[in-house]
Amino acid sequence: MTDTATETQSVVVEREVSFPPEKVWRALTQPHLIEEWLMKNDFQPKVGHRFALSFDWGPIDCEVLKVEPHKVLSYTWGDHELQTVVTWTPTPTRRGTHLLMEQSGFRPGQPRYFHGAKAGWPRFLEALEQVLAKTN
Amino acid sequence: MPQPHDALFRTLADPTRRAIFEQLCREGDQTVAAITARAGISQPGVSKHLRLLKQAGLVGDRHEGRQTHYSARLDALGPLIDWTHQMASFWERRFDDLEDLLKRMDQ
Repeated sequence: MTDTATETQSVVVEREVSFPPEKVWRALTQPHLIEEWLMKNDFQPKVGHRFALSFDWGPIDCEVLKVEPHKVLSYTWGDHELQTVVTWTPTPTRRGTHLLMEQSGFRPGQPRYFHGAKAGWPRFLEALEQVLAKTN
Repeated sequence: MPQPHDALFRTLADPTRRAIFEQLCREGDQTVAAITARAGISQPGVSKHLRLLKQAGLVGDRHEGRQTHYSARLDALGPLIDWTHQMASFWERRFDDLEDLLKRMDQ
Protein backbone atom coordinates (compact mmCIF):
# COMPACT_ATOMS: atom_id res chain seq x y z
CA MET A 1 0.00 0.00 0.00
CA THR A 2 1.25 3.47 -0.78
CA ASP A 3 0.16 6.67 0.84
CA THR A 4 0.93 9.27 -1.80
CA ALA A 5 0.45 12.20 0.55
CA THR A 6 3.34 11.24 2.79
CA GLU A 7 5.12 8.85 0.45
CA THR A 8 5.32 6.09 3.01
CA GLN A 9 4.21 2.52 2.71
CA SER A 10 2.24 0.22 4.96
CA VAL A 11 1.92 -3.46 5.59
CA VAL A 12 -1.58 -4.64 6.44
CA VAL A 13 -2.42 -8.05 7.84
CA GLU A 14 -5.95 -8.93 8.90
CA ARG A 15 -7.75 -11.99 10.12
CA GLU A 16 -11.07 -12.99 11.62
CA VAL A 17 -10.77 -14.99 14.84
CA SER A 18 -13.57 -16.73 16.69
CA PHE A 19 -13.07 -14.91 19.98
CA PRO A 20 -14.65 -11.71 21.28
CA PRO A 21 -12.76 -8.38 21.08
CA GLU A 22 -12.40 -8.27 24.89
CA LYS A 23 -10.37 -11.45 24.83
CA VAL A 24 -8.31 -10.35 21.83
CA TRP A 25 -7.65 -7.08 23.65
CA ARG A 26 -6.21 -8.95 26.64
CA ALA A 27 -3.85 -10.85 24.34
CA LEU A 28 -2.76 -7.56 22.80
CA THR A 29 -2.19 -5.68 26.04
CA GLN A 30 -1.14 -8.03 28.87
CA PRO A 31 2.66 -8.48 28.98
CA HIS A 32 2.63 -12.18 29.85
CA LEU A 33 0.21 -12.81 26.99
CA ILE A 34 2.06 -10.58 24.52
CA GLU A 35 5.15 -12.62 25.29
CA GLU A 36 3.37 -15.74 24.04
CA TRP A 37 2.84 -14.50 20.50
CA LEU A 38 5.29 -11.64 20.02
CA MET A 39 8.20 -11.17 22.40
CA LYS A 40 9.14 -10.71 26.04
CA ASN A 41 8.19 -7.14 26.95
CA ASP A 42 7.35 -4.57 29.61
CA PHE A 43 4.27 -3.23 27.88
CA GLN A 44 1.72 -1.10 29.71
CA PRO A 45 -1.49 0.13 28.08
CA LYS A 46 -0.72 3.77 28.86
CA VAL A 47 -0.16 6.48 26.26
CA GLY A 48 3.47 7.60 26.40
CA HIS A 49 4.74 4.37 27.96
CA ARG A 50 7.99 3.18 26.38
CA PHE A 51 8.90 -0.46 26.05
CA ALA A 52 11.38 -2.60 24.15
CA LEU A 53 11.12 -5.87 22.26
CA SER A 54 14.36 -7.83 21.93
CA PHE A 55 14.22 -9.80 18.72
CA ASP A 56 17.14 -11.93 17.68
CA TRP A 57 17.85 -9.56 14.80
CA GLY A 58 18.01 -6.57 17.18
CA PRO A 59 15.96 -4.55 19.64
CA ILE A 60 12.79 -2.74 18.64
CA ASP A 61 11.86 0.38 20.61
CA CYS A 62 8.23 1.19 21.12
CA GLU A 63 6.12 3.94 22.61
CA VAL A 64 2.39 3.65 23.19
CA LEU A 65 0.50 6.21 21.11
CA LYS A 66 -3.15 5.30 21.46
CA VAL A 67 -5.21 3.12 23.76
CA GLU A 68 -8.97 2.82 23.25
CA PRO A 69 -9.89 -0.37 25.11
CA HIS A 70 -11.22 -3.12 22.82
CA LYS A 71 -11.07 -0.75 19.82
CA VAL A 72 -7.64 0.67 18.95
CA LEU A 73 -4.11 0.09 20.16
CA SER A 74 -1.22 1.86 18.53
CA TYR A 75 2.50 2.06 19.26
CA THR A 76 5.66 3.12 17.52
CA TRP A 77 7.94 0.36 16.24
CA GLY A 78 11.42 1.45 15.44
CA ASP A 79 15.14 1.13 15.67
CA HIS A 80 17.98 3.45 14.73
CA GLU A 81 16.88 3.57 11.12
CA LEU A 82 13.27 2.45 11.06
CA GLN A 83 10.38 4.54 12.31
CA THR A 84 7.04 2.89 11.87
CA VAL A 85 3.76 2.73 13.74
CA VAL A 86 1.89 -0.48 14.48
CA THR A 87 -1.87 -0.11 14.91
CA TRP A 88 -4.22 -2.89 16.03
CA THR A 89 -7.92 -2.48 15.31
CA PRO A 90 -10.21 -5.23 16.57
CA THR A 91 -13.81 -5.03 15.36
CA PRO A 92 -16.61 -7.25 16.65
CA THR A 93 -18.19 -9.60 14.10
CA ARG A 94 -20.91 -12.24 14.36
CA ARG A 95 -18.25 -14.93 14.60
CA GLY A 96 -15.90 -13.13 16.94
CA THR A 97 -13.42 -10.44 15.99
CA HIS A 98 -11.98 -9.05 12.81
CA LEU A 99 -8.43 -8.11 13.75
CA LEU A 100 -6.55 -5.69 11.56
CA MET A 101 -2.88 -4.81 11.97
CA GLU A 102 -1.32 -2.01 10.02
CA GLN A 103 2.35 -1.18 10.19
CA SER A 104 2.78 2.19 8.55
CA GLY A 105 5.56 4.65 7.91
CA PHE A 106 8.00 2.68 5.79
CA ARG A 107 9.86 5.06 3.58
CA PRO A 108 10.22 4.06 -0.05
CA GLY A 109 13.39 2.23 -0.95
CA GLN A 110 13.81 0.81 2.52
CA PRO A 111 14.38 -2.85 1.79
CA ARG A 112 17.41 -2.59 4.01
CA TYR A 113 15.07 -2.88 6.91
CA PHE A 114 15.77 -6.61 7.24
CA HIS A 115 19.38 -6.70 8.18
CA GLY A 116 20.10 -3.17 7.21
CA ALA A 117 21.84 -2.53 10.45
CA LYS A 118 24.76 -4.49 9.13
CA ALA A 119 27.34 -2.28 7.52
CA GLY A 120 27.59 -2.42 3.78
CA TRP A 121 24.04 -3.46 3.15
CA PRO A 122 22.42 -0.12 2.43
CA ARG A 123 25.00 0.79 -0.16
CA PHE A 124 24.93 -2.62 -1.71
CA LEU A 125 21.16 -2.65 -1.98
CA GLU A 126 21.10 0.79 -3.53
CA ALA A 127 23.65 -0.32 -6.10
CA LEU A 128 21.62 -3.42 -6.69
CA GLU A 129 18.41 -1.51 -7.19
CA GLN A 130 20.12 0.58 -9.84
CA VAL A 131 21.34 -2.56 -11.57
CA LEU A 132 17.86 -4.05 -11.46
CA ALA A 133 16.27 -0.85 -12.75
CA LYS A 134 18.57 -0.97 -15.75
CA THR A 135 17.89 -4.64 -16.37
CA ASN A 136 14.14 -4.22 -16.76
CA MET B 1 13.03 -9.95 9.01
CA PRO B 2 13.67 -12.88 11.32
CA GLN B 3 15.36 -15.91 9.83
CA PRO B 4 14.88 -14.73 6.26
CA HIS B 5 16.93 -16.67 3.83
CA ASP B 6 20.01 -16.91 5.96
CA ALA B 7 22.08 -18.49 3.19
CA LEU B 8 21.34 -15.55 0.92
CA PHE B 9 22.48 -13.04 3.51
CA ARG B 10 25.51 -15.04 4.58
CA THR B 11 26.59 -15.42 0.99
CA LEU B 12 26.27 -11.74 0.17
CA ALA B 13 27.81 -10.60 3.44
CA ASP B 14 31.27 -11.24 2.02
CA PRO B 15 32.57 -8.20 0.09
CA THR B 16 34.52 -10.28 -2.45
CA ARG B 17 31.48 -12.39 -3.29
CA ARG B 18 29.36 -9.28 -3.45
CA ALA B 19 31.82 -7.73 -5.91
CA ILE B 20 31.77 -10.86 -8.08
CA PHE B 21 27.99 -10.91 -8.02
CA GLU B 22 27.78 -7.21 -8.88
CA GLN B 23 30.20 -7.73 -11.75
CA LEU B 24 28.01 -10.50 -13.15
CA CYS B 25 24.93 -8.27 -12.75
CA ARG B 26 26.60 -5.41 -14.59
CA GLU B 27 28.37 -7.27 -17.34
CA GLY B 28 26.38 -10.42 -17.98
CA ASP B 29 27.90 -13.85 -18.48
CA GLN B 30 31.56 -14.24 -17.59
CA THR B 31 34.11 -17.03 -17.49
CA VAL B 32 36.15 -17.73 -14.36
CA ALA B 33 39.18 -16.25 -16.11
CA ALA B 34 37.35 -12.99 -16.85
CA ILE B 35 36.06 -12.75 -13.28
CA THR B 36 39.50 -13.51 -11.87
CA ALA B 37 41.05 -10.75 -13.95
CA ARG B 38 38.91 -8.23 -12.04
CA ALA B 39 38.58 -9.86 -8.64
CA GLY B 40 42.11 -9.36 -7.38
CA ILE B 41 42.28 -12.87 -5.94
CA SER B 42 43.44 -16.24 -7.28
CA GLN B 43 41.36 -18.34 -9.65
CA PRO B 44 40.82 -21.10 -7.04
CA GLY B 45 39.59 -18.36 -4.69
CA VAL B 46 37.16 -17.10 -7.30
CA SER B 47 35.98 -20.65 -7.98
CA LYS B 48 35.28 -21.15 -4.29
CA HIS B 49 33.21 -17.95 -4.12
CA LEU B 50 31.35 -18.91 -7.30
CA ARG B 51 30.50 -22.27 -5.77
CA LEU B 52 29.00 -20.57 -2.71
CA LEU B 53 27.11 -18.07 -4.86
CA LYS B 54 25.77 -20.97 -6.87
CA GLN B 55 24.68 -22.81 -3.71
CA ALA B 56 22.71 -19.74 -2.63
CA GLY B 57 21.01 -19.69 -6.03
CA LEU B 58 22.57 -16.34 -6.89
CA VAL B 59 24.66 -17.58 -9.77
CA GLY B 60 24.00 -20.06 -12.54
CA ASP B 61 26.50 -21.73 -14.85
CA ARG B 62 26.43 -22.82 -18.45
CA HIS B 63 29.02 -25.07 -20.08
CA GLU B 64 30.19 -24.17 -23.54
CA GLY B 65 32.93 -26.40 -24.87
CA ARG B 66 35.68 -26.36 -22.29
CA GLN B 67 34.54 -23.06 -20.83
CA THR B 68 32.02 -22.46 -18.10
CA HIS B 69 30.10 -19.21 -18.22
CA TYR B 70 28.67 -17.82 -15.01
CA SER B 71 25.68 -15.50 -14.79
CA ALA B 72 23.76 -13.68 -12.05
CA ARG B 73 20.35 -15.03 -11.11
CA LEU B 74 18.48 -11.91 -10.19
CA ASP B 75 15.31 -13.70 -9.17
CA ALA B 76 17.17 -15.16 -6.18
CA LEU B 77 17.21 -11.65 -4.76
CA GLY B 78 13.44 -11.38 -4.73
CA PRO B 79 13.02 -12.22 -1.06
CA LEU B 80 15.60 -9.66 -0.10
CA ILE B 81 14.13 -6.83 -2.11
CA ASP B 82 10.49 -7.50 -1.44
CA TRP B 83 10.43 -6.28 2.15
CA THR B 84 6.69 -5.76 2.24
CA HIS B 85 6.29 -9.45 1.58
CA GLN B 86 8.74 -10.21 4.38
CA MET B 87 6.99 -7.91 6.83
CA ALA B 88 3.63 -9.36 5.95
CA SER B 89 4.85 -12.91 6.53
CA PHE B 90 6.39 -11.87 9.85
CA TRP B 91 3.00 -10.56 10.99
CA GLU B 92 1.16 -13.56 9.54
CA ARG B 93 3.27 -15.80 11.78
CA ARG B 94 2.56 -13.53 14.77
CA PHE B 95 -1.15 -13.79 13.97
CA ASP B 96 -0.83 -17.59 13.94
CA ASP B 97 0.78 -17.50 17.39
CA LEU B 98 -1.81 -15.02 18.63
CA GLU B 99 -4.65 -17.24 17.47
CA ASP B 100 -3.04 -20.27 19.15
CA LEU B 101 -2.79 -18.27 22.36
CA LEU B 102 -6.45 -17.22 22.16
CA LYS B 103 -7.42 -20.88 21.89
CA ARG B 104 -5.41 -21.69 25.02
CA MET B 105 -6.55 -18.71 27.09
CA ASP B 106 -9.24 -19.09 29.71
CA GLN B 107 -12.57 -17.55 28.74
